[in-house]
Amino acid sequence: MSDDFTLPEDKAERMERCAIFYTDVVPHNHALGLRLVDVVAAEATVELPYAENLVGNPETGVIAGGAVTTLIDATCGTAVFLKLGRFAPLVTLDLRIDYLRPARPGIVLTCVAECYRLTRQVAFVRALVHQGDPGHPVASAQGTFMRTEE
Amino acid sequence: MTTMSESTTPPLAELVRQVRKTREYKRLTDAIPYTRFMGIGVENLAGEMLCRMAFNPRNIGNSLIPALHGGTLGALLESAAVFELLLQTNTERVPKVISLTVDFLRSGKPQDTFAKAFITRQGRRVANVRVDAWQDDRTRPIASAHALFLLSEQ
Repeated sequence: MSDDFTLPEDKAERMERCAIFYTDVVPHNHALGLRLVDVVAAEATVELPYAENLVGNPETGVIAGGAVTTLIDATCGTAVFLKLGRFAPLVTLDLRIDYLRPARPGIVLTCVAECYRLTRQVAFVRALVHQGDPGHPVASAQGTFMRTEE
Repeated sequence: MTTMSESTTPPLAELVRQVRKTREYKRLTDAIPYTRFMGIGVENLAGEMLCRMAFNPRNIGNSLIPALHGGTLGALLESAAVFELLLQTNTERVPKVISLTVDFLRSGKPQDTFAKAFITRQGRRVANVRVDAWQDDRTRPIASAHALFLLSEQ
């Protein structure tokens, strides 16, 4: 069962292996400055630092929804890899995002995603985005992913 | 009327009013940092207002295939809905997204992507919008979305 794509047991090594999806391997994650900050069981935590070029409303300075969508999509994908315990080809089937409160300008956005159900072909993930207090999330999301390997 | 000192850029509401008349869409899309960053613009093609996301290598999500990042397609769909509301209704503030549901139908190739938004209902406070995104063949969309927006009262 062991191959190059199997995730190591050691947490620091798992972090290191998963972190490559936030560098040049996934150019858009890198372009937005996404960074993996934690992995626990089937749960990934990723941060999106505030940046002027990601502002969607120049009157309020609030970050664009599109950047939040990318943050959620990326974090959810990592959560699926953690649940699988290995890297496998994945595609996002759908993603639903509810915006619960406006994001405050200038503050990092943190996404926590958990893969709570995995079948042979489909992975189900839920996620929350917050700005320091997970009890007062900015957005909540649910996504499904398809495993595209044989 | 408000005036902005040390700037020739009009406030967004004034810019939106001007662009509705002049159809100089680039002035509006360039005024929003994220759409400028993403290479998302509004164009009048054969009399129809469409959104285009120009291909840029930094929009890639999977380098092996290669394919566009799902998040960039979500961004294009949401931006197309926002610009449709700003340019086709009398909303003068950027509408706030309440919820967004994206279906990913096919992988996005490394090339320009188009989107068209349809306002399915516009109430006093909430608008429902559907959006499709495609590349070579409009009848084979690569992603579609439905979104709810809160329209700020003037």
